[in-house]
Amino acid sequence: MTTVQISLITPELIREHGLTPEEYEKIKQLLCGREPTITELGIFSVMWSEHCSYKSSRVHLKRLPTRSRRVVQGPGENAGIIDIGDGWACAFKIESHNHPSFIEPFQGAATGVGGILRDIFTMGARPVAVMDSLRFGPITRSMGGTPATSTLDIPKNHSLLEGVVSGIASYGNCFGVPNLGGETKFEPCYSGNPLVNAFALGLVRKDQIFYARAAGEGNPVIYVGAKTGRDGIHGATMASEEFSEASEAKRPNVQVGDPFLEKLLLEACLEAMQSGAVIGIQDMGAAGLTCSTCEMGARGHVGIEIEMDRVPQRETGMSPYEIMLSESQERMLLVAQKGREHEVFRVFEKWGLDAVEVGRVTNDGKMRVLEHGAVVAEIPNEALTDDAPVYKRPLKRWEPPVPREMPAYIRFGEAGDLTGHLRRLLASPNICGKRWIWQQYDHMVQTNTVEAPGTGNAGVIRIKGSQRGLAMALDGNGRWCYLDPRLGAMHAVAEAARNVACAGATPAGATNCLNFGNPEKPQIMWQFSQVIDGMTRACEELEIPITGGNVSFYNETLGEGIYPTPVLAVVGILDDVHKALRPDFIEPGRAIVLLCGSEPGDATDAEAEFGSSEYAKEILGALWGYPPDLDLEKEAVLQKILIDMAQAGLLDSAHDCSEGGLVVTLAECGFARGLGMNIELSSQDLPAEFILFGEDASRVVVSCDPSNLPRIQEEAVKYGLSADSIGETASERVEIRLNGRLVVSAEIGKLRDEYECALEKALWADVETVTIA
Amino acid sequence: MKFGVIIFPGSNCDHDAYWTIQQVAKQPVTFLWHESHDLENCDAIIVPGGFAYGDYLRTGAIARFSPVMEAVGKFAVGGGLVLGICNGFQILCESGLLPGALMRNVGLKYVCKPVHVRVENADTPFTNVCREGEVLTIPIGHMEGNYFCDEATLHELRREQRIVFRYATSSGDIAPDANPNGSLDNIAGICNQGRNVLGMMPHPERYSEPELGGTDGFRIFQSLVGVMVER
Amino acid sequence: MKAYVYVSLKKSVLDPQGKTIQSALKKMGYKGLEDVRQGKYFELTLDGGLPRNDAEAEVTRIASEILTNPVIEEFQVRLEEQP
Repeated sequence: MTTVQISLITPELIREHGLTPEEYEKIKQLLCGREPTITELGIFSVMWSEHCSYKSSRVHLKRLPTRSRRVVQGPGENAGIIDIGDGWACAFKIESHNHPSFIEPFQGAATGVGGILRDIFTMGARPVAVMDSLRFGPITRSMGGTPATSTLDIPKNHSLLEGVVSGIASYGNCFGVPNLGGETKFEPCYSGNPLVNAFALGLVRKDQIFYARAAGEGNPVIYVGAKTGRDGIHGATMASEEFSEASEAKRPNVQVGDPFLEKLLLEACLEAMQSGAVIGIQDMGAAGLTCSTCEMGARGHVGIEIEMDRVPQRETGMSPYEIMLSESQERMLLVAQKGREHEVFRVFEKWGLDAVEVGRVTNDGKMRVLEHGAVVAEIPNEALTDDAPVYKRPLKRWEPPVPREMPAYIRFGEAGDLTGHLRRLLASPNICGKRWIWQQYDHMVQTNTVEAPGTGNAGVIRIKGSQRGLAMALDGNGRWCYLDPRLGAMHAVAEAARNVACAGATPAGATNCLNFGNPEKPQIMWQFSQVIDGMTRACEELEIPITGGNVSFYNETLGEGIYPTPVLAVVGILDDVHKALRPDFIEPGRAIVLLCGSEPGDATDAEAEFGSSEYAKEILGALWGYPPDLDLEKEAVLQKILIDMAQAGLLDSAHDCSEGGLVVTLAECGFARGLGMNIELSSQDLPAEFILFGEDASRVVVSCDPSNLPRIQEEAVKYGLSADSIGETASERVEIRLNGRLVVSAEIGKLRDEYECALEKALWADVETVTIA
Repeated sequence: MKFGVIIFPGSNCDHDAYWTIQQVAKQPVTFLWHESHDLENCDAIIVPGGFAYGDYLRTGAIARFSPVMEAVGKFAVGGGLVLGICNGFQILCESGLLPGALMRNVGLKYVCKPVHVRVENADTPFTNVCREGEVLTIPIGHMEGNYFCDEATLHELRREQRIVFRYATSSGDIAPDANPNGSLDNIAGICNQGRNVLGMMPHPERYSEPELGGTDGFRIFQSLVGVMVER
Repeated sequence: MKAYVYVSLKKSVLDPQGKTIQSALKKMGYKGLEDVRQGKYFELTLDGGLPRNDAEAEVTRIASEILTNPVIEEFQVRLEEQP
C-alpha cells in the first residue's frame, strides 16, 4: 500500500495511545511487519482499548451461561435478544457511562442513555423502556460506614446527582421512552467514581430483527445521522484509564447529545428497515466510525472501504485520524442493497437527516480508509477484533480491610428506640424513596407503564396488542461484593430475579454491567473473577442466561477503587399483564405472610451477617462480616411458587425483603395506600435488631385474603419453604410485636413522609429554593 | 367522522393519542404529517405531546410555522375541534389559537406524575360528560407547563369561562400546593372563545385505560366523540 | 456583519432560573448583587447582502417574530461590522 504520511511513531506516541510496547510489536506483526500510519495507530488504540476489546475480561466472561430456548441473540451483537412469545422478541442491554458522567454529569449521563438506545434500535427494536443504576458518594453527613468521607465531597456529590439525573431525564424524555426507574445507592467509595449504568429494552417482531453485519460485495455503505465533529476523540481510551487530576482537563472529550436528532434517527432507521433495502446496521458508539466499520465487516466476513472526503463533517480541516476516532453522537452506519440506496435516502430525507454513501463492501476482509483517493489505513478486520490482545491477568486473593466478626463494642437488645431506628433507616439515602429522581423522568410516555417507578419491585410494561407484559429490575449491592465478591454477585442475580418474580413475571434473561477498579491489579482481577463465578452459579441455578452487557474497568481515582459493583438487569415475562403484582397492601384486614427460603442461621452467623446490613451502616456506622448466606435452590423454588401464586390469583401483593430488612419492607408495603399493620414476630435467642432489620436473603412479604392462607402455606411447605402468617393489615397504625412486646409503633403516614421527603431534604440542605412572590 | 393526529418531527405522544382513539374509543383516526396542508377531512385534530422540532428555541416556537398548523389555524377559525395536549398546548399558544404562554416550571425540573384537576367548565366539547367542579386525576409530564398571561387576558379568560381545568387538591380546592408548575391561577387548560379549541397540560391519553392506573382522561375523548356524533 | 440578539423574560414575568442563581450566589458569599435575570443569546452571521439599516430591520423582525414570544419575552439587537 502507499502511505500518504511519513509516520514517526515514537515510543511516547505509542504510550500516549495506551498501547504497550508488546502490543505495538503485535500490531506490526499483524500488518505484515510494517509500521502503522498515524491513522492506523489511532484505530488500533481504540479497538484494542479495554473498553472495546474486553482484553482483560474476555477469558472470564466466557464462563457465563448465555443460552436458553428463549435466547435469539446472545453476547456479541449490539444487544441481546430473547423470544417473549406471540411472535415478539425483546432486545435489551445495560451499559456504563461512568467516566464521561464524572467529567460532565449532564452530558455524560445523557449520552449514556443515547448510546444504549441506539444499541437497541439498531437491532430493529423500538425502545419501550429504560432504567438506570446509579452510584454516588454520600449526600448526607450522617452516613457512617468505611472509609470516612470528606464532608467537602457532599456538595460535589449533590451536583453530580443533580447533573446525572437531569441528563438522563433530558435525553429520555425528549426521545420519548418511559424511564421505569432503577436503583440509586450511595457509598463513600463512589465519591470520586460515580457509576452511571443505563439499561434499555426494545420490542421487535421476531422475524424483523436486524444485525450489525455487512454483506454483498459492492453494496453501498451509508452514513446516517449527525455530522462528525471532533467531540469524544479517544473517549474509549479515556474509559480505559484511571482518573487523575489531569482527567479533568480532558473535558473536551465528552460528547454532547441531541435527543431530538436521535428520535428522528429512530423513526428513520425503523422506517428504512421496513423498506427491505437495509442489509446490516450498526450504531457509531465508542470508537465511532472505526468500530462500526471493522465490526460490521468482521461479522459478515467481508471488507469495507470508506472515503473520508464523503463523511459529513461539522468542523473543517479534520484529519482521517480525527474522523475515524470521533465519537460524535447520533450516527449510524448501514449497508444497503445495491440499486436500492435511493429508498434509504428517501426515508432519511423525509426525516431531515443526512444519509451519505461513504463507501462500499469489499471481499478482502479488510477495513480500508481513503482520503483524496489515497489509502491512509488498511487493516485486516480480524486484526482489530478477533486478534486483539486477550490477557489472562494475574489474580490475587484479596481480603477486605474489615473485621469478619462483630466488633466487641457493639451491643444489642438494650431497649433501644427501635421505632426511631426504623424512621432513620426509612430516611437513609440508600433506602428512602427516590421520587425526587424518578419524577423528573417521563415514566408514562408510550402508555404502556403498568408498574411505575418508586414502588420497589420491578418496572412493568404491557405489550400493546397482546395480553403479555414484561417486568424488569436492576440490582447490585457493591458493599456485599466488597465483603465477598462471589456471594455478592450471586445476590445481585437473585435479588434482581426476585424483584421480577415479585411482579409475577418469570425471569427469562439478563444483561450485566460490571464496574470494577484497575484490572492490572491482581486483587481487582480476583474480585472480577469471583464475581463472574458467583454470577455464573446463580444464573445457572435460576436458569437465567446473560445475553450481553458491558465491563467498565479503571473506576479508580488517585488509586482509590470502587467496591466491585456488578449490576444485573433481569427481564421477565408475564403471560397476562393483568396479573402483575404490586408491592402495596390493598386494604385493611388482609393476612400478611412472610415467604421464606432461608433457614435462620445460628447466632454467630447472624452476627457476622448483620455487619453487612443497612442498619449496621446507618445506625451503627460500622461494617463487618459477610453478606447473608444464599441457598440458590431455595431461592429458585421461592421464585417459582411466587409466580405460580400470582398466576393463580392467590395474592394481593408481594414485596421483596431487602435493604433495611423485614420492617422496612413491611412499611414500604403500607405506603401507597396509607395502610398500617399489626405484626407478631417471635424469636428465641436473637436480638430484636436482627429480627427487625436483618437482611436474610430469599424472603418475600405477601398479603392475601385470609381465606387463601391455608393454600399458600400448603404450597410453601410442599416445596420446603416457610410461610409464616405474621399479622394483618390495619387502617393506619403500624404496630410490631416481638415475643409479645411492642417494639415498633408509628403512624404509617408519618413514616411515609419521612421516607418520601428524605432525599429532597438532603439535597435542599445546601440550596435555597425559590419562593414565589 | 374521523380524528387526525399530527406528527411533528419530535412528537412522541402521537402514537399514544392514536392508540387511545383507535383502540379505546374505537373511532377512525389517521396521522397527519407536519409538512402537509391537507387535514384529510378530519373532524377533530389532536396536536399531541412531545418535543416538536426539539423545542430548542422555545416550546412550540417552530412548530407553529409548519404547513399543517396553517391548515389547523383555518380549521379552528371555521369551528373545527382542536385538542392540544402538553406540547400541543404550547404549540396552540405560540400559534395564537390560544392566549398566553407556557413557561419553565417554577421548580425548574421536569415533572411526571398524576395530578388532580378540577373541571371549571363542563360546557365544552371536551368536557361535556363531566360535571362542573368534578375532580379528575390525569398525569402531567412537562418541563414547561407554567401558564402565564397578562392581567387583561386572565380577566377575559375568567369572564368568558374559558379556564377549563385548574390544578386542585383531591377534594377540589384550588390550593398553591396543588399547583405542580407555578401556573397562573392554577390553570391547567383553557379554550378559545368559540370553545372549539382546547389546550391542556395533563395527558388524558395516559389515563384512559385501567391497567395504566386510571381512566379519568378518557372522559375528554368520550366528550369529543359524543359531540362529533351529534355534529 | 454579525447580529447579536439577547432574549430575556420581561421584567413583569417571574424568572425562577435567575432567582435560583441569585440566591445561590448570595449563599456562596458574592457581594453587591441586586438581581439576576437569565436569558438567551443568539449570534447571527449575515451574508452582507443587505445594507445595514435593512439588515437591522430584518434581524429585528426575526427576533420579534421567531426568537421571542412577546407574551413573556423581550429582546435587544446589536449589529457589529466585522474586520
